[in-house]
Amino acid sequence: MRQSLPATKIVGAILAILALAAGPPRAFEIETEQYFAAVDGSSEITIMSTADLSVFAPLVRGFQNRNPRVSVRYVVLSSAELYSAVLAGEAAPDLVISSAMDLQTKLANDGFAQPFRSQATETLPAWARWRDELFAFTLEPAVLILSKPAFADLPRPKTRQDLIELLRDNPERFKNRIGTYDLRTSGLGYLFGTQDTRQSETFWRLSEVMGALQTRLYCCSGQMIEDVRSGELALAYNVLGSYADAQDESNVDIVLLEDYTSVMMRTALIPNSAKNAQLAGTFINYLLSTDGRALLRAEIGPGPLDTDTFSSEQNLRPIRLGPGLLVYLDQLKRQSFLRAWASAIIQP
Amino acid sequence: MNAPLKPSASLRQRLRLQLLGLIAILSLLLYFSVRTIAGGAAETTQDNILSASATSIIEALHAEQDDILLDIPYAALSMLGANSEERVFYRIMTKASTITGYDDLPAPETFPAPEQPVFYNSEYRGSAVRIVAMTRVITVRDTPTEVLALVAQTRLGQDAITARIANTAAALGVGFFLIAGILGALTVESALRPIVNIAQAVQRRGPHDLRPMLKPAPLELAPLLASLNSFMERLRTALLRTEDFIAEAAHRVRTPLATVRAQTEIALRRAKTPEDREALRAVIRAVDESARSAGQLLDHASVTLRADKMERGDVDLSALVKDLVHGLAPTAEIRDIRIILHPAEGEFTTIGDPVLLMGALRNILDNAIKYSPDESEISVVLSAEEELCCITICDSGRGLNDAEQKTLTRRFGRGSNVADVVGSGLGLTIVSEVVAAHGGSFRLTPNKERGTCAKVCLPRK
Repeated sequence: MRQSLPATKIVGAILAILALAAGPPRAFEIETEQYFAAVDGSSEITIMSTADLSVFAPLVRGFQNRNPRVSVRYVVLSSAELYSAVLAGEAAPDLVISSAMDLQTKLANDGFAQPFRSQATETLPAWARWRDELFAFTLEPAVLILSKPAFADLPRPKTRQDLIELLRDNPERFKNRIGTYDLRTSGLGYLFGTQDTRQSETFWRLSEVMGALQTRLYCCSGQMIEDVRSGELALAYNVLGSYADAQDESNVDIVLLEDYTSVMMRTALIPNSAKNAQLAGTFINYLLSTDGRALLRAEIGPGPLDTDTFSSEQNLRPIRLGPGLLVYLDQLKRQSFLRAWASAIIQP
Repeated sequence: MNAPLKPSASLRQRLRLQLLGLIAILSLLLYFSVRTIAGGAAETTQDNILSASATSIIEALHAEQDDILLDIPYAALSMLGANSEERVFYRIMTKASTITGYDDLPAPETFPAPEQPVFYNSEYRGSAVRIVAMTRVITVRDTPTEVLALVAQTRLGQDAITARIANTAAALGVGFFLIAGILGALTVESALRPIVNIAQAVQRRGPHDLRPMLKPAPLELAPLLASLNSFMERLRTALLRTEDFIAEAAHRVRTPLATVRAQTEIALRRAKTPEDREALRAVIRAVDESARSAGQLLDHASVTLRADKMERGDVDLSALVKDLVHGLAPTAEIRDIRIILHPAEGEFTTIGDPVLLMGALRNILDNAIKYSPDESEISVVLSAEEELCCITICDSGRGLNDAEQKTLTRRFGRGSNVADVVGSGLGLTIVSEVVAAHGGSFRLTPNKERGTCAKVCLPRK
């Protein structure tokens, strides 16, 4: 997933050293950073994002084709780090792109975002924006992925109920071969998990059954997909479909469960502390433009402006932006939820 | 005597101003009451949602051993975000510490009583917020503990609604003001119409119309109208009495004058010396003149009297004129004056009082004879002009100047060049009043060479 070009690594390392030399250590940890220099770089924006560089690099280049004088600093970090970076207000990103809808909503709710209006944002459906501060630009379903060899002689589960029955009936085959997010460490996994409990009680039963089969816990979708492809895992639950799509599919089956499938929306917001809010707005417009959407579709999947997806697939449930998402960020709520989940999924 | 009355403040204006003032006050009242009531209703709606949210949170509170635990229902916050862009904050606290949520959300100084939520406005994170505070007592380690739940929501929607309500209320107020203003103006007009009607009816009356006003009058104007009518009745009685008196006086004078004339003529016949005869002739002329004046006074009085209740019948003017010429021919012949009646074709019929018309025309012809030199001619022409039939009597007398034409038709007004001829100045007044009473016109114009033409035109039947 990381860029393998040595030049980039060197640039990243130099930049990291410069950053270290320039001031005190940051209050947050970054994963990767790349500087897309413009030929005539008269202005610059900093984008902090949870999306992998490989996914976003084509978009940044597409943006620079249209705005050749803008240099872009693209920083990849985890959603929690991103959240604290905005709260700290230092290293001030101009644009924040994250898959953690709840944290993004909290930033907007707590007054860390500034409003932005344009023709493109006005055309977004109401469920894909909040307060003119938070804008969704992708639709990414939480999917079940299956290893084709492991399911060679088994029926493909269509619903969670199917899956529960399948796991109960074949414990020896799935023991230690199931993967899912560790909700304690993964923000996205936590979001999917909490949304599951909103949709149906089957989540708890599924967690119990998965716990009994010594389910392995992961930090990231990429890792799970990797292990399913290699055959180490028979199935992985609540994987980010867009990442599964992006990978080689020969060994992997992607299932959108029919009882319901939560759909996460990647969102962008412009923090109050942004130095170049106007350019950040231009970038949002680009993400929502026809060109930007075409690139996004190729890399990640459709966006909210490609709404045909929803009329055809009734089981897709987009996670709604709004203060409801704040509930699961509540300290007590989170503790009690994670306690219940851990006791279900981690069984001796 | 007829100095125009200086009117005091207009009734219409006063009514309009007072009504407009009243309507303006009502409009403002409407504006403020709509704003207050609707604004209050909108606030109540927000309070209800906040209250529901706080209730669902507080009901999820429970104690487990030493801890107060809370599992905020998803709906508690999502209901606040339904169809709105409001930011949402909450804080759950005991008197000692904040359990969860935003620990700097402003809390009331004392916890409200359980089941009695308190609502208040405040400022939080740069926005105006509406906050509900709700208390619940839960038992932790056998000790009752008060837990306060605060739920806050920004007031964007509230402000938008308030602004919209203010606009609607303003539109309502202005609309009410306009409609009520127009209706008020119409009401003023309709209330004043009877007064205007009566005023116009009085104005339309001729100077001699002293009949009582019989128009139905509104209750408030009835006394005024009754007083007016009784005043006119008294005036009419007084006028009639005056004219009666004049007629009576003239009559009383005329009879003895006839005796004096007869006796003087006898004396003239017996007189021996030319001086005596001359003196007696002068007496006769003076007596004649007096008799004529008395006759005219009598005529005038009867015109005034009769104009009110004039007889109206068909009058054949050509016959009337023929009779008139015939009657006055002897008087003219004494002075060798020829009256030439030009023959006219067709019918000349008017509607009116033959006695009054005869009197008027006799006065004109009489004047013509009086002011014509001896051995001259007087022409009488009857002509038809569209809807009118006109009688033109022309003499070749001394004539009159333009300025005098108007003054001549006034009572007792006389020409400036007639001092040597006896006359009362009543003749032409009678003519003009009679003609006016018949709806006709009377004009004096200079004759072509010398003398005067008098033209009377009356509407044709």
